[in-house]
Amino acid sequence: MSQRLIARRLVAAAALMALTLVVAACGSSGPGGGGGSTSGDGGGRVAVWALQDVQQQKFENPAVEAFNASGAGQASLSLFPGTGQTYLDKLRVAMGSSNAPDVFFNWGGGSIKRYADARQLKDLGAFLKANPDVNDAFLPSVLDAGKIDGTAYGVPMRGMQPVLLFYNTDVLRSVGAQPPKTWDDVQALIPKLKDKGVVPFSVAGQDPWTELMWLEYLTDRIGGRQPFLNLLAGKPGAWKDPAITKALTTIDQMIKQGAFGTNFGSVGYGSGAASQLFSRGKAAMMLMGTWEYTNQLQRDPQFAKSGLGWTTFPSVPGGTGDPAAVVGNPTNFFSVNAKAGSGAADFLKQMVTPEYVKNLISVGDVPAVKGIETELKAGPNPRFSTQVYELVQKAPTFTLSWDQAVDPQQATEMITNLQRLFAGQIDPAGFQSAMEQAAA
Amino acid sequence: VSATVVDRTDRPGPLWVVPAVAFFAAFAIVPMGLVVYLSLTDWDGLGSPSFSGLDNWTRLFHDSQMLDSLKLTAILVAGSWALQTPISLLLGVWAAGTQRSRAVVVAVLFLPVLLSTAAIALLWQTLLDPNFGLAGSLGPLIGIDDGNIIGTSRGAMICLALVISWQFVPFHTLLYQAGARQIPGMLYDAAIIDGANRVQQLRRITIPLLRNTIVTSSVLMIVGSMTLFETVLILTGGGPGTATAVLPFEMYNQGFHAYQMGYASAIAVGLVVIATALSLVLVKVSGFGKMRSTIEGV
Repeated sequence: MSQRLIARRLVAAAALMALTLVVAACGSSGPGGGGGSTSGDGGGRVAVWALQDVQQQKFENPAVEAFNASGAGQASLSLFPGTGQTYLDKLRVAMGSSNAPDVFFNWGGGSIKRYADARQLKDLGAFLKANPDVNDAFLPSVLDAGKIDGTAYGVPMRGMQPVLLFYNTDVLRSVGAQPPKTWDDVQALIPKLKDKGVVPFSVAGQDPWTELMWLEYLTDRIGGRQPFLNLLAGKPGAWKDPAITKALTTIDQMIKQGAFGTNFGSVGYGSGAASQLFSRGKAAMMLMGTWEYTNQLQRDPQFAKSGLGWTTFPSVPGGTGDPAAVVGNPTNFFSVNAKAGSGAADFLKQMVTPEYVKNLISVGDVPAVKGIETELKAGPNPRFSTQVYELVQKAPTFTLSWDQAVDPQQATEMITNLQRLFAGQIDPAGFQSAMEQAAA
Repeated sequence: VSATVVDRTDRPGPLWVVPAVAFFAAFAIVPMGLVVYLSLTDWDGLGSPSFSGLDNWTRLFHDSQMLDSLKLTAILVAGSWALQTPISLLLGVWAAGTQRSRAVVVAVLFLPVLLSTAAIALLWQTLLDPNFGLAGSLGPLIGIDDGNIIGTSRGAMICLALVISWQFVPFHTLLYQAGARQIPGMLYDAAIIDGANRVQQLRRITIPLLRNTIVTSSVLMIVGSMTLFETVLILTGGGPGTATAVLPFEMYNQGFHAYQMGYASAIAVGLVVIATALSLVLVKVSGFGKMRSTIEGV
């Protein structure tokens, strides 16, 4: 090999190495570059983590700007694309490392319980006491949902997302029916719709959390909130509660009746198939969180404006649950890392400013804040948001979605076994014994 | 002078392998060692792992879900191998012809290899929707009137095997094409003189001489589908129920849903051991290690 060739190769190798180093350096300052500021330096820098969401940025960015302009500290927002699960995975890895966020978006309940148990979260009790304007601004039932064993670990940062029974007004009109108010109405409606060749209820078997909503509401209507509280507390035999047994057999009966159609096992929610089935009139009703309204507004604005109706979950005759009680996601929360500086909690004051509430309403959210009827009426979806607001205000209880409330491991078991029940692989008793085994 | 006679090929010195070995050590050996260590601990991803001895391993061997997952993995591996090998072998041999039209077809056929696995899975998820996708029209043709193909246990597994095959057949076709082109044309000329037809040529010449390619391609297929994860996560999520919860998916499930990093690590080590053992056995049994050349005159 000639000297010149060697020299040229050396230069090439050096250039390649330099390039690699530059790339590596860039890589290390990617998302979370604002992280690692958990040094406890007074106000200082605050790393805020949230799920990337076009709507969400419209109120998060102004909040960060307002906080920074107030001089209370220097916040930086890191947004993570993907689904809720990928965000949780990322958060999990970060919380176990030195690159953890100071303030982070979460779903409350089971999504943060392990951090609370590991003493990685700041107890916000003192903060709320010192800032009554923050504490008193929120609807108590929603603020309570952010508590774990009575300790506040989160401040609501998004709208309320109770689960509603959505219906396609054209389809119901075509069979001359009203939206169901009681379970007898539901029973009468199923054969009518089936005769018309319409699937009574759209459910996404590929995304079994959509199936869970049926179990949550039926249990609540049949036996009130206690059966769920027993599950949450991990009481032995909680899954064999008579209310849960009845809810499961009701679901089983509905599956066999064809209340969900026959091919729901191949239908996904994330892909939009379940929502499309409903908006196109191939299905009459759909049990879903309030986000379905925004979803339809984006996918099929015509349908959302003129063909979409909503009501509360029907009451069940003989059930002890209050028909006004709601189930779903009370809201999303911002929690604070225990190692974060004092300025981090101050960031949470932004969540009650009129500006923030206004921005929330403008993207279609229904904030969990007291006394905002006028603002909601002036917002983009006055009819929908006012009704949701009233619904939650009147609700005696707001039960957090079971898969968010219980331990993640139990949630996985619950979702998997429920999917097996819907797919006809196990019967209600099989579901119950599988869950009892998993909880033991 | 004598040195150049002995080492005519002028092979590079051991220094040349340093970068590769360093890379392999940093990104494969060390993490693997860490996983073995983690499999002996109890760790939920927060704080520091606490040593728990062989607890995870005892649990692994008594977990009925693991046995199911192992069976499902075996079915998926066998199914996707049995589906891909004949298709890609025949396609590859066909594509080995030098006609220009074949080159065009092969170029088009190669497209799925260029797509990301996630994109492919999402694409197929949409296609498999019974109401708005292809499944609604194709289902009745195969006796599933409501198009509920991916929603049943057996259907979901078949869908997985088909999607994997759709994605990887082009790559293996390429291997077989290269392999078939190495076969000396002289052998076919001789066979034709002896009166062999096309099928006999394929059976007596092409397939025996593609032996090494078959082994290489099979090892890649088997190890590939054994560690397949993204397609399962996006397409079926391990469902319905646990009908497609193959080992890599179960590992993710235990690690990132149940937050049992120790147990997930034990599953990972198990996967490494099984995959390594299988490929070693395959190479040994097939005589691939002897590296008999199939090229003319060598």
